Amino acid sequence: MATEHPDNVQETGQETDEEYVEIDGTRRRKAFVDRFPDVAKPIRVLYGIAFAAFGIGALFGLVQALHRTGVLRVFSSADYYTILTGHGVLLALVFTTFLITANFHWANTRSLGVKPISQRLTWSWVIVMTLGVVLAGATIFAGLFPEIPASADVLFTFYAPLEAHPLFYVGAALLIVGSWIAGADWFLQFREWRQDNPDERIPLQSFMVLTTMLMWYLSTLGVAIEVVVFLIPWSLGLISQVDPLLTRTLFWYFGHPVVYFWLLPGYLVWYTLLPKLSGGRLLSDPLARVVFILFLLLSTPVGFHHQYTDPGIAAGYKFISMTNTMFLLLPSFLTLFTVVASMEHGARQRGGKGYFGWLKALPWHKPEFSGVALAGIMFAAGGFSGMINAGMNINYLIHNTLWVPGHFHLTVGTAFALTMMAISYWLYPQLSGKKLQLRNVAALQPFVWFIGMVLMSNAMHRGGLAGIPRRTAEPQYQQFSYDAVVGGVTEMRIQIAIGGTLLFLSAVMFLAVMLATWLMSPRTSKLRVNGEIPEPLSTAEDAPLVLDNLKLWFALAVVLVALAYGLPLYDMVADGIFAPGSGTFPV
Amino acid sequence: MHVHRFEKIWFGVSLLLIVGFIATIVYGAAGPGVAMVGDDGGTIDASAVADGNFEQTDNFREPGIYEEDDGIHVYIVARQFLFNPGTSQPIDVPAGETITFHVTAADVTHGFNLAGTNVNTMVIPGQVAKFEVTFDETGEYGIVCHEYCGSGHHTMAGKLNVVSQSNFEIQPDGDAEQAGDN
Repeated sequence: MATEHPDNVQETGQETDEEYVEIDGTRRRKAFVDRFPDVAKPIRVLYGIAFAAFGIGALFGLVQALHRTGVLRVFSSADYYTILTGHGVLLALVFTTFLITANFHWANTRSLGVKPISQRLTWSWVIVMTLGVVLAGATIFAGLFPEIPASADVLFTFYAPLEAHPLFYVGAALLIVGSWIAGADWFLQFREWRQDNPDERIPLQSFMVLTTMLMWYLSTLGVAIEVVVFLIPWSLGLISQVDPLLTRTLFWYFGHPVVYFWLLPGYLVWYTLLPKLSGGRLLSDPLARVVFILFLLLSTPVGFHHQYTDPGIAAGYKFISMTNTMFLLLPSFLTLFTVVASMEHGARQRGGKGYFGWLKALPWHKPEFSGVALAGIMFAAGGFSGMINAGMNINYLIHNTLWVPGHFHLTVGTAFALTMMAISYWLYPQLSGKKLQLRNVAALQPFVWFIGMVLMSNAMHRGGLAGIPRRTAEPQYQQFSYDAVVGGVTEMRIQIAIGGTLLFLSAVMFLAVMLATWLMSPRTSKLRVNGEIPEPLSTAEDAPLVLDNLKLWFALAVVLVALAYGLPLYDMVADGIFAPGSGTFPV
Repeated sequence: MHVHRFEKIWFGVSLLLIVGFIATIVYGAAGPGVAMVGDDGGTIDASAVADGNFEQTDNFREPGIYEEDDGIHVYIVARQFLFNPGTSQPIDVPAGETITFHVTAADVTHGFNLAGTNVNTMVIPGQVAKFEVTFDETGEYGIVCHEYCGSGHHTMAGKLNVVSQSNFEIQPDGDAEQAGDN
């Protein structure tokens, strides 16, 4: 089925024999799997779990889109929330974390050029994370079967005092702990490299992995305390009540940086791979480092912008968080510049001309490029609605309306998800030694996702402006109807149903390509891709040394978090850490 | 470190935009007076709310509508899956007057939103959300619980009517009839 495209492996004729591998008579350039077979294997396992979660989560998304809009109702409206919990957890926590750790494992190893220090260590975090997913997933699914005395219909934010089965919280904790061990794996690998390369700059991809993980350690502390200190003992009956405001504050301490934990692996692709896929080189290595440091510093002291409408938090604290959030736009603005400029540079290398004419010279027929580029375009729209969210007073118009999922389906649902799908087309062949199958399906898939998301997301945003709430099985009420600001409510409903269906179709196309590649192709085939990444135009040598001082930046990040969270958290615990409390409400 | 001239310009424009965003928000607060929900509603014992023992609290009353020296006060309790008042009987408030809402939860976290407006707050057990609203014109608004609160969440809604000052009257005993079904 796959047609033969010209090989895009650009060989210069200067390669040495060591760069080639011969398997069963076919000679090809060495892929990642040939250099690091022990590293590639756990990555493939992580991919498998991530894609399985993606398939189920996407199916749940389809069920919701059709249920909410009244097109087709497979489950009761009470069970809708079980499906919604599954959708959020499987996509926003499982699909993301497994793909991120997989790609970081690849990126750290590729850029450092040395193996992780211990195979056993690597497998330990893969197993811990998987165990967490099995526990949390099983308790969620149990909610669909009334005969099983366990459920976790608490959505992916699990606000107390809605209570889930203890195993749900244990599973969530294991997922986080597993990701911590993964980070340790990469820091140890870096330390090993550093001993042999005392004066080298940290390779860019490794720098991105390490700064992202520092941000992750700092931010997951909040949710870890919430789950381990409060929710697990409470769900086991060891403590009778928890403070709903304190626990949700700890959640949001983690809940905003987690979006950068999703986004930064996408940025890693945009900075280090998109320029190459466009046919050019990254403009500036030093500015990429600056951007990641800004994210390390500013990702965490902003969580209150998810709590603008919360009582019990002084408006002044919200204001501080709002200004931090606005400055967090800066690294994304800088990224926008680099992404567009790198693509233009690539296009001009390929013969592109004119102010906008160069866009035509880009390789839109290659899904690894088109997916990443379309994800970037959509992120610009998502960034715009994100600015509205961040605007402290205008936020009151859209808080907890359909606008919000409309926003994050552009960011985590496209900027992250579509980038990861696209780069899987490029990376999986190098991790498996197998040529990508169903390439025509793959070439179409990013466009189907894009169109589906345009339909669904624009309607969700407008629905939110009309006041239609998120997180509900039936957004229609007897007491009143909505006044749409732009368009009509029925038209929005149709767009959401069609958009959701197209997104599911696109997910199926992606999974079909991955499955066909996994099952069918022999390892001997010639890959169409190579893992070489060209030097940036401005290299790391131009970057001030202080940028690589990770201890300094981490210490500054801790200080900023202490400033933003010290007083508010003190206010909340001053009246007792379990008060003002509320008992348990199983659902 | 070499930074391209275009990128320097872009950097400057980005910073300007960010400062501009912050300025609009400051203006929104200082000019039109858009206020945040803050911590001035105080904390409350959620079990007292659940049991209807409002006399044990110093910052909440029997749910209902009250006229005080400083204007109209509306006390609302949210619980699975209704607003009291609001769901079984609409809340009537006068136009053109400052209404102070006090909203709290008896069980789990809920939301309170007048659909399509910026009257929007989380309703968290243990906390009282206090905010002021002035309705310039008469009209009808749907009240939506916008935070998932359990399997019947989608049934949790209510209604608020803004009536003219001349049509507005408060039931004696601060809407005792509504308070009864709490």
